[in-house]
Amino acid sequence: MKDRIVLDASALPMHGMGAASPTWWATCAFMLIEGSGFALALAVYLYLMSLAPSWPMEAPPPDLWAGTWLTLMLIASVVPNVLVSRWAHRRDLRKVQVGLVVMTMLGIIPLVLRAFEFTKLHIRWDDNAYGSIVWMLLGLHTTHILTDVVDTVVLACLMFSRHADNTRRYGDVQDNCMYWNFVVVAWLPLYGCIYGLARL
Amino acid sequence: MFSASLLVFLTGCSGNQSALNTHGHSADALRDLIILITVVCTVVWLMVVGFLLWALARRREVPRRDSDTERKMALSIRLAIAATILTVAGLTIASFYTTRDLNSSNGASLTVRVKAQQWWWQFAYQASDQEPPFLTANELHIPVNKDVRLELEALDVIHSLWIPSLAGKLDMIPGRKNIITIRATRPGIYRGQCAEFCGLQHSHMAFVVVVEEGAAYQRWVAAQAAPAVEPAMAEASAGKAVFMSKPCAACHTIRGTSATGTSGPDLTHVASRRTIGAGLLETTRGSLAAWIADPQTLKPGNNMPLVPLTSDELRQISAYMEELK
Amino acid sequence: MTRDQGARVPLDVDISDAELERQLKETWSSKPGLWGAISTVDHKVVAGRYIATAFVFLILGGLLAMAMRLQLSQPEARFINPDRYNQIFTMHGSTMMFLFAVPVMEAMAAYLVPLMVGTRNIAFPRLNAFSYWIFLFGGILLWVAFALDTAPDVGWFAYVPLAGPQYAPGKRADLWAQMITFTEVAALAVAVEIAVTVFKQRAPGMSLDRIPVLVWAMLVMSFLVIMAMPAIMFSSTTLILDRLVGTHFYNPAEGGDALLWQHLFWFFGHPEVYIIFLPAVGMVSTILPAFVGRPLFGYMLLVMALITTGVLSFGLWVHHMFTVGLPRVGESFFTASSMSIAVPAGIQIFCWLATLWAGKPVYKTPLLFILGFIVTFVMGGMTGVMVASVPFDTQVHDTYFVVAHFHYVLIGGAVFPLIAAVYYWFPKMTGRMMSERLGRWSFWLIFCGFHLTFFPMHILGLWGMPRRIYTYQPELPWTSLNLFVSLSALVLAGGFLVFFVNAIRSRRNGLPAGSNPWGAATLEWATSSPPPPYNFRRIPVVSSLDPLTPGENELPVVAGLRTDRRELLVTSVVEALPQARESSTTDSVWPFWAAVATSVMLVWSIFTPWAVVWGSIPVAITLIGWFWPKGSPEDES
Ligand code: HEA
Ligand code: HEA
Ligand code: HEC
Ligand code: CUA
Ligand SMILES: [Cu+2]
Repeated sequence: MKDRIVLDASALPMHGMGAASPTWWATCAFMLIEGSGFALALAVYLYLMSLAPSWPMEAPPPDLWAGTWLTLMLIASVVPNVLVSRWAHRRDLRKVQVGLVVMTMLGIIPLVLRAFEFTKLHIRWDDNAYGSIVWMLLGLHTTHILTDVVDTVVLACLMFSRHADNTRRYGDVQDNCMYWNFVVVAWLPLYGCIYGLARL
Repeated sequence: MFSASLLVFLTGCSGNQSALNTHGHSADALRDLIILITVVCTVVWLMVVGFLLWALARRREVPRRDSDTERKMALSIRLAIAATILTVAGLTIASFYTTRDLNSSNGASLTVRVKAQQWWWQFAYQASDQEPPFLTANELHIPVNKDVRLELEALDVIHSLWIPSLAGKLDMIPGRKNIITIRATRPGIYRGQCAEFCGLQHSHMAFVVVVEEGAAYQRWVAAQAAPAVEPAMAEASAGKAVFMSKPCAACHTIRGTSATGTSGPDLTHVASRRTIGAGLLETTRGSLAAWIADPQTLKPGNNMPLVPLTSDELRQISAYMEELK
Repeated sequence: MTRDQGARVPLDVDISDAELERQLKETWSSKPGLWGAISTVDHKVVAGRYIATAFVFLILGGLLAMAMRLQLSQPEARFINPDRYNQIFTMHGSTMMFLFAVPVMEAMAAYLVPLMVGTRNIAFPRLNAFSYWIFLFGGILLWVAFALDTAPDVGWFAYVPLAGPQYAPGKRADLWAQMITFTEVAALAVAVEIAVTVFKQRAPGMSLDRIPVLVWAMLVMSFLVIMAMPAIMFSSTTLILDRLVGTHFYNPAEGGDALLWQHLFWFFGHPEVYIIFLPAVGMVSTILPAFVGRPLFGYMLLVMALITTGVLSFGLWVHHMFTVGLPRVGESFFTASSMSIAVPAGIQIFCWLATLWAGKPVYKTPLLFILGFIVTFVMGGMTGVMVASVPFDTQVHDTYFVVAHFHYVLIGGAVFPLIAAVYYWFPKMTGRMMSERLGRWSFWLIFCGFHLTFFPMHILGLWGMPRRIYTYQPELPWTSLNLFVSLSALVLAGGFLVFFVNAIRSRRNGLPAGSNPWGAATLEWATSSPPPPYNFRRIPVVSSLDPLTPGENELPVVAGLRTDRRELLVTSVVEALPQARESSTTDSVWPFWAAVATSVMLVWSIFTPWAVVWGSIPVAITLIGWFWPKGSPEDES
């Protein structure tokens, strides 16, 4: 078959930003997958709760402070996170570099708090089904913080390397910021369940 | 109707464990529903295939895509969709009413607790005014035309109680209690089988349901409630002694003796039961001996171990078992 | 910035077709040799392997089915002991569902979607390669376990407590759960790629209402995967946790619940069957027009039907649990929702019938299989409607009636269209036609063999034969029908054999196909058969639902793409207006190593939870290797 040229694409950019970039869509898809996972885990929590004669089962509700501090930390981290995303959008390399270092710290601190959180649950995963599901919820969310921190660290290294000044990298930074927002937002209903419902 | 007459034919040769050959209040209702839905669905299928054949067979020169044809097709499709909606709505309502009928029991006269375990059934009859409570295995007796309430429990994994000729199935789930009410409308012997995969011997987890007239049923209850008979023959007495001295007594109960184990079926009246091994073998002296000699070959994996016995001991024990009517 | 670069780099304008093809070939081809084979990311090569592997699993699963039929051909037969039999039906079900049906549909999507939307490679080609390796390793894991006599033996839905720590000692159930993880990771990866390819890489002008029905079907399928698979990931993970570290999700004694497993499994398991079925109906809708000489009737209706089925499929799961003793009101709701799925299914059937009615059928093998599909699937759908009725289901649940239902819908509803698809796209994939004569033989053997094998199972079920029994007693009236079924299965197997022989022979000796042997109207037929590594010399421009008109010799295309790097077009979601000239990643061995590292971690974690900690380090390393930029032209922006 012969080609009849009807369009010229040579003027198009060599990489799309935001919704024009496939990776942005992939990040959304992965958030959808993981969001379904979180929703399901919550549904299981509620299901087990509805079966149990008393809730929490044979344990006092978890202490509030570690989880609450962590929640506040996470919420606070959204501000620098949004800033980093904005700097990446403006391709401001210096600020992005600083921002990524800050975000790495802001990822590690919740991990430390999380370690305390596990000890304040007053239940072990193998005590009963209540223990299993709260450990599961916390564990699931912890893996998300952890992977995002690792991702942020790698990205930070990348932004200090010779590959840094590239629209693709800025796009990656923005996607990473979007993902962190997801990690924060996903935590809020979990917090409500683990600490709120257990006190009803 | 073609499919209806086919169903009648199918009913004829389907045995005593069949959803088509029914003699129970709910199974009868289910059978009617099955026939109704099958006929409706067969008609729909025939219409689809008939239309398909017509579409293929009709003569035409060129493919048609003029707007008149398209309009006609759009209209027919709309009609077909409407018909589909009406049909499935009708079927939904029909099954809703059947469900309601099934649940309309007017108070059960008798309650039996059914405990399923890998891979046999225990039936626990409660005490009545005249009789003490008793246990039996793999054989359920019920009076005809009476509502019988079965309380279902599973002791290990999930099983499912299914007596197709009398009622639909209901699962038995560890940690939950399910209740089913059955009513048989004709005396007879029906077969039931575990319907949920439960491990190695799921295939051999059957039981019989004996439906009897009131008097015969009462006689059976009285006989079951009595303790085991003392062996009459010398060989059987010797068998009793062997039974008590071997591990048998640790797993089986024989009421009126020192055997009080509970991990195996109650053997107080084992010889009165039609089958052993959960429907595996007809109860005869020979099959009892064969079972005791080597349960693992007959029913690989079941929870009764091979207990080493001399051939004399085996003969004696079988004689004893055979007398436990 | 782009413009002055554009002046320096080689573009595809103002050069001869031959020179353009040479340059593209250089940029897009994989290296020869083993290393090149492992590192290739060409979606056609990867999907081709995927399809071939899935068919190998079909043969293996089919042979297991024949073993079961041998054992069931007589009462109290002793060919296979109960332990082996339980492994065999579990392996058969798991292999067919997780290693054949879902992967083969995803693989067809990975092969066809990029071609049908007119792009040069799937989105995230490396992820695609990774997905294949993970799938392969998961399949090997399961089958090695079977060879070692430690295959799972708890059924393809592994109900607890039978699969729990107390009643399934050893590693069998863990192997099942971990095989699930493998296949789900693989499936999720492909689903994301397909969704993004469809959203972002459609040829300019292919607005939403010009997307081929098959592509719609694959898109809906991807969403089902994305929304449903987390449920099975969650349940298989918690099962392993219960077994390995003593959690109590499913232990009623400690507040867990056996039914929780069933809810979770079927919340995935029901959409799963539509994950298999929707691609198949997409194939039917795409193939049919080529053999009736007119376009499909009711495009919009069909697309709506696909989407409705997808949405409804999340509201049906309880119909697999009608006998567990849930409250009656709730169950009636699920009867209604299950029945309602007959409406979108019916719409599709009616549209195909209308298309056939107005068209002039040409009886080639693909059409034969489609006709066989209609006859058979409608029957399976009818039995589906039957079991959707709660009271009806209490009699046939867990019997051979259900076995009959799901083979009718799985084989009649999905495998028939799949075989039609293989006959139809084989010329595109290999450049050669399959034999029509053998095609007819395979059709009639498979069609007749199928009905003779599976129809009697309905009767067996109504006559009280439960499923998953390794034997039955001679006094039950099932003997002669079972023997009949087993013999008929031989006919069915013979039909499959003819099909495989045909495919293998035609690959070498078939007649050359040319680019568009069926005179079809979708874009994959615009390029040569088999397509070159870059799919299209220039990316086509679409202005109607049927971009290729018969007799037309010219293809409207886009120019202005670079030839020195792997470049394709990114377009907007709704109208497919060009947005960017995006690059497509180069070949890499890292996906392979990442798959190896992931597999090691997953298998290891059956034995100790620490595997997740230590095993994730190599995974992280390989992922960094995968994503770290190498300074190739593809990285420019
Ligand atoms: C490709 C796979 C596939 C497909 C498409 C379907 C389609 C359907 N299935 Fe099936 N199903 C399975 C695969 C599939 N199923 C599997 C694998 C199992 C068993 C799992 C296991 O236990 O191992 C199962 C089990 C299963 C059950 C559980 C049974 C039990 O365990 O007791 C139920 C119950 O409702 C059910 C219902 C349906 C319904 C209502 C449809 C509908 O989608 C069918 C709709 C189609 C039609 C109705 C035909 C076309 C319509 C018309 C021509 C219009 C006119 C129609 C009318 C007026 C009715 N299926
Ligand atoms: C897509 C899915 C699929 C497919 C295609 C099949 C195909 C077949 N199945 Fe399937 N089956 C299931 C999915 C499928 N099955 C599932 C999910 C279950 C439930 C499992 C469970 O309960 O856990 C099940 C259960 C099941 C049972 C019930 C087992 C039991 O409950 O005890 C039976 C029994 O007859 C059976 C039979 C068959 C047969 C005869 C075929 C035949 O169609 C197979 C025909 C194919 C072949 C025989 C391959 C032929 C190839 C060759 C001979 C050629 C070799 C050629 C070359 C090397 C070139 N299946
Ligand atoms: C470890 C426990 C155990 C021991 C020891 C044991 N049994 Fe059993 N027995 C069982 C179990 C469990 C069954 C039910 C097996 C089945 O049907 O799956 C059974 C079944 C039987 C049956 C069939 C009962 C029926 O109604 O189906 C007989 C008879 C029997 N045992 C006799 C004996 C004798 C005699 C001995 C000693 C020589 C013995 N058993 C030792 C556990 C035991
Ligand atoms: Cu008990 Cu199957
Ligand atoms: Cu379903």
